[in-house]
Amino acid sequence: MSAAAARRGPVKPPGRLLPILVVSIAIVCIWYVGAYFMNASLVRDAFKRQKVEPTIEQMIAATLAMDRPLLPAPHQIATEIWKTTVDQNITSKRSLVYHSWVTLSATLAGFISGTLLGFLLAIGIVHVASLDKSLMPWVVASQTVPIVAIAPMIVVVGYNLMNGQMGLSTDLSRFIAKAMISTYLSFFPVTVGLVKGFRSPEILHLDLMRTYSATRGQTFWKLRLPAALPYLFTSMQVAIAISLVGAIVGELPTGATAGIGARLLAGSYYGQTVQIWSALVAASVLAALLVWMVSLGGTAVVKRMGMAR
Amino acid sequence: MNPRGRLQPWLALLGLFAMVALPLDSADPAIMIPREGWLGWSVLVATALAIVASIRAEQSGTAGVLLAIAAHLGAFAAISWLPMLAGHAGPGFVALVVTSWLLAWALVSQLSALPPQKGFDATLLRLLIPFLFGLWLLILWQIVVVVLKVPFVLIPPPSAIGARIATSIPTLAADFRQTFLKAVIAGYAMGCGAGFLAAILVDRVPFLQRGLLPIGNLVSALPIVGMAPIMVMWFGFDWPSKAAVVVISTFFPMLVNTVTGLAAAQPMSRDLMRTYAAGYWQTLFKLRLPEALPFIFNALKINSTLALIAAIVAEFFGTPIVGMGFRISTEVGRMNIDMVWAEIAVAALAGSVFYGVVALIERAATFWHPSFRT
Repeated sequence: MSAAAARRGPVKPPGRLLPILVVSIAIVCIWYVGAYFMNASLVRDAFKRQKVEPTIEQMIAATLAMDRPLLPAPHQIATEIWKTTVDQNITSKRSLVYHSWVTLSATLAGFISGTLLGFLLAIGIVHVASLDKSLMPWVVASQTVPIVAIAPMIVVVGYNLMNGQMGLSTDLSRFIAKAMISTYLSFFPVTVGLVKGFRSPEILHLDLMRTYSATRGQTFWKLRLPAALPYLFTSMQVAIAISLVGAIVGELPTGATAGIGARLLAGSYYGQTVQIWSALVAASVLAALLVWMVSLGGTAVVKRMGMAR
Repeated sequence: MNPRGRLQPWLALLGLFAMVALPLDSADPAIMIPREGWLGWSVLVATALAIVASIRAEQSGTAGVLLAIAAHLGAFAAISWLPMLAGHAGPGFVALVVTSWLLAWALVSQLSALPPQKGFDATLLRLLIPFLFGLWLLILWQIVVVVLKVPFVLIPPPSAIGARIATSIPTLAADFRQTFLKAVIAGYAMGCGAGFLAAILVDRVPFLQRGLLPIGNLVSALPIVGMAPIMVMWFGFDWPSKAAVVVISTFFPMLVNTVTGLAAAQPMSRDLMRTYAAGYWQTLFKLRLPEALPFIFNALKINSTLALIAAIVAEFFGTPIVGMGFRISTEVGRMNIDMVWAEIAVAALAGSVFYGVVALIERAATFWHPSFRT
């Protein structure tokens, strides 16, 4: 109890770097051990077929260097990523940077339009009572719907519409279809966060605006919007992470040949585990970067407005 | 009352005028809608009555009832005349639809302007208004799709989706059993349980809290559905691999939320527990876990939808020939879009019910929390 009480005290929390480092190293170690045991039976079978009795060193070396392991070792993934990023021309179809860019562009397009859509919806919900009562429950319900389940349909239908009937190019159709999924996924957190934010000014402040005989527009621009900005940026962090998921899922059903989702799908068809893992790592790095950039932008704006804590 | 709310009856009056002035379908005399028929006449009369009542008395029960009758009679008429009109609806028909829709909107405006009451009435109102919105979404969807002859593969009309649901209940039930009852429920229980236990462990060991939590925060923003192909490789094609994806995607939200919740207890209450000489576990069970419940339920609610999404997406990467994700991806390929929509409707319903059940349990368990106190 005393230890628990002591760490709850108002003392400045100790640095995080060391614990994170230790935990990360522990994860990598567990990963290596896991890779050995996951791949051990495959390797043993391979040795048995060659009628060789492997030593423990041979086993370790073989399990950590398999062509199609069940669980690739971290260094294998690192090598693969190095090969597909640094060693490749960026425009090459083998380059992971190229695939990441394909996914990233759709993510950003969908994120921007989703944020705009969420913004407009939130303004409507805050200002029109009947929209608040009738639309808001559906906006919430739309989140309980497995949206990603609709994704393949939106992608296929949108793709066919744009590619077949409107005669857009294949790549452009795929791009717009993916961006549509991202839009659909990312508008929700923005709407919900902004509705909360637009309603966050205190009654006192709203009344003050009324005594100034401010119009609705003035109240919105000068009070509601600034008050909502912290909420907006928090929502945008959620939204950009989820639009990346949308773009990746959007690449699964149209037989896309480029993008992180396509890499995942191709990897799973051909059993290229290392390729799957490197695509996953790329997606993770991308997600972390995107969230980090949004939070950086948010902090900068909030600080500039003098609202930083 | 909102001044713009008064606009709809006047607009509807304009629409009514258009309906009277124009025949309902001017395109083809052979199938001209007989305004003399009982349906046509009653639509006109009810609409006129409703408009007059809602203009004269802004908020009265009679006006509301008349609005409801007129709007839905109009919608009923429009839908029952639809087959005759497909592809060549005249301006009269458009006027009918628009008028009914404006009346429905006026009805919703009236309902949402009602003062919030307590108890049964308020609950009814809170359910009725979104229900009307959804109903009109379906009505307009049906009318627009049929009148504009939108290709079936693009968006099927709701009636076709309903018919498809009715005829393929066994398939839908099998998919539901495979995806929801096996993968989602099992994965949800394991993922949330493991996240909870890990949170207790992390809370007990401060070093882990500082080291694991930032990583947990990072992971919860990652596209975890990407793990699906790997889980299929590890656990095979059947539901365990989907459950595994569900476990991974529900674990981190639960971990992060529970840890936040465990830190939520007021220092004052904690000091009180200390003066009682309560041990770690007593403090945990009697003070900190109850205080953490809102956060835990928040994670449970987030996870309820996340779990379904994860399971469905995981099925895109290989599955036996049953399951919601499998059905969606194969039927899309065969352009049976109505089946896809039927599956989506089932998924939406299951997701909403799941969420609703968790929310109800939350209300029962955290009735003391400020957000539920009235």
